[in-house]
Amino acid sequence: MNKEKGLGVVETKYFTFAKGKDKLLLESSQSLGPITLAYETYGSLNDQKSNAILVGHALSGDAHAAGFKDGDKKPGWWDSMIGPGKAFDTDKYFVICSNVIGGCKGSTGPSSINPETNEPYALNFPIITISDMVRAQKCLIDSLGIKKLLCVSGGSMGGMQALAWVALFPEAVGSSIPIATTWKHSPQQIAFDEVGRQAVMADPSWKNGNYYGGGLPQRGLAVARMIGHITYMSDESMEEKFSRKLKESNYTFTFKTDFEVEGYLRYRGDSFVKRFDANSYLYITKAMDYFDLSAGKLITQGQKIDTRFLVIAFQSDWLYPPYQSREIIHFLKMCHVDATYCEIQSSYGHDAFLLEVPEQTHLIKHFLKTTFESIS
Amino acid sequence: MRLDHEIIYKIIEPKARVLDLGCGNGDLLDKLVQGKNIKAQGIELNEDAIYKCVEKGLSVFHSDIESGLIGFPNKSNDYVILNQSLQETRNITLVIQEALRVGHKVIIGFPNFAQLASRSMVFFQGKVPITKSLPYRWYNTPNLHFLSLTDFIDFCNNNKFTILEKHFLGKNKEINFLPNLFAHNGVFVISANNNKVQ
Repeated sequence: MNKEKGLGVVETKYFTFAKGKDKLLLESSQSLGPITLAYETYGSLNDQKSNAILVGHALSGDAHAAGFKDGDKKPGWWDSMIGPGKAFDTDKYFVICSNVIGGCKGSTGPSSINPETNEPYALNFPIITISDMVRAQKCLIDSLGIKKLLCVSGGSMGGMQALAWVALFPEAVGSSIPIATTWKHSPQQIAFDEVGRQAVMADPSWKNGNYYGGGLPQRGLAVARMIGHITYMSDESMEEKFSRKLKESNYTFTFKTDFEVEGYLRYRGDSFVKRFDANSYLYITKAMDYFDLSAGKLITQGQKIDTRFLVIAFQSDWLYPPYQSREIIHFLKMCHVDATYCEIQSSYGHDAFLLEVPEQTHLIKHFLKTTFESIS
Repeated sequence: MRLDHEIIYKIIEPKARVLDLGCGNGDLLDKLVQGKNIKAQGIELNEDAIYKCVEKGLSVFHSDIESGLIGFPNKSNDYVILNQSLQETRNITLVIQEALRVGHKVIIGFPNFAQLASRSMVFFQGKVPITKSLPYRWYNTPNLHFLSLTDFIDFCNNNKFTILEKHFLGKNKEINFLPNLFAHNGVFVISANNNKVQ
């Protein structure tokens, strides 16, 4: 493997389970099966199977976290952090990333074919939660013969998964690195998600979710994504990136895109609809809104857990503000759990978890080293 | 090893649970983990210092001392260390009370403002002292409070804190002769209860 080039070409694999009557029971009491998970792995699993790290993706992410897919110019979404010599060092560790259930990037979701009807599930897809995503990931990890993960990590919704793993399977998690996340969705976060969902559902092409094979609710999904992108940046980073810069030299005195920031948001919205399913957007945002591991739900009273924590937040992140990470830390202290907290100074807002590479690398690399040494 | 670190190192028993408030780069905690196998937790405000601590394998919270103490259960630590950080906190009484709540014993180390060199700088030059243990100028000092060893002993008596141990630090070794005049630093071990040793 070439250090200069990182991981090189990677391939997406598929794992199908919950077949026949053996369906996965969901938090809503409904059940789902068969389930396929798209996943990628980087590096190699050691003989003791003790060097496996699971990385969870954010709302619009996928299993392709690092390396290049054949023909692609852009690498996976966390390529800066995963690879030889990087934060999640694939020379040492075996890194796994899977697309969540409910997604549209190879894992079973509302756009998948329902075997009972031979039609896409659409809104017949059951409501899923972050715990359900994690239970599905656990089936994948079991199938790989891994009893205990060295670490579960991720930013934003990926961080929720890193917490949910500890709540559900504490004995299977050596350490957890939740980044730019929360242990419960706040009313503000739910509100932004609801506006996004309403934008999708207000699009006449949405047709109660039955748009497959016809015109897609592109306008609605694009608006949802535009709102999302505003919340991922900060006032400061927007000023730096766009200021009041114009696309042309003068105001047009029309409703065309005068400002660069308008052009950016429209571009982001339009490119998103080409790669993402509107119903998946509804299901995954709903899963985040149901997320609440506050107080006794993360670790029950009197429970002793060995999982170590590294909690990372970013100062300018107003979507998942640092106080939410501090709440997690306060609780971990109360439970006598070994934890480290760092609030990285950054002007990038929520996006910082994808962009502040050297700082996160330094923390994660050393934290993983300490964790790995303590178990081997 | 720095003299104050050496003294604190000797005070702490092996395998103790230790919380270091304002742990800096984690040098002291690292020595205690390596040599005494303690269970260490640091609290530090400086981001670069956090990276140094994590590099050493230490667990540390990025926070100021006052809010960093919130959430710790009562008596969850054998020792709470406030070494060279007390004089930088705003509400000293509250911090010490909180430290005594979360720890059985509190180790406090601070520079002695009434040391001879400081006194003579004030007396002969009429200037705010700049010494080895007080190296800052009046306009850039992080110290919010200036106290002497005698001041601290009075403070403990007034607040009914029990002084279990006191160490007076000269340049290179501990001293006992007229400490408030000659000691550069003091290291005290205090507790909230009445199990007086001295």
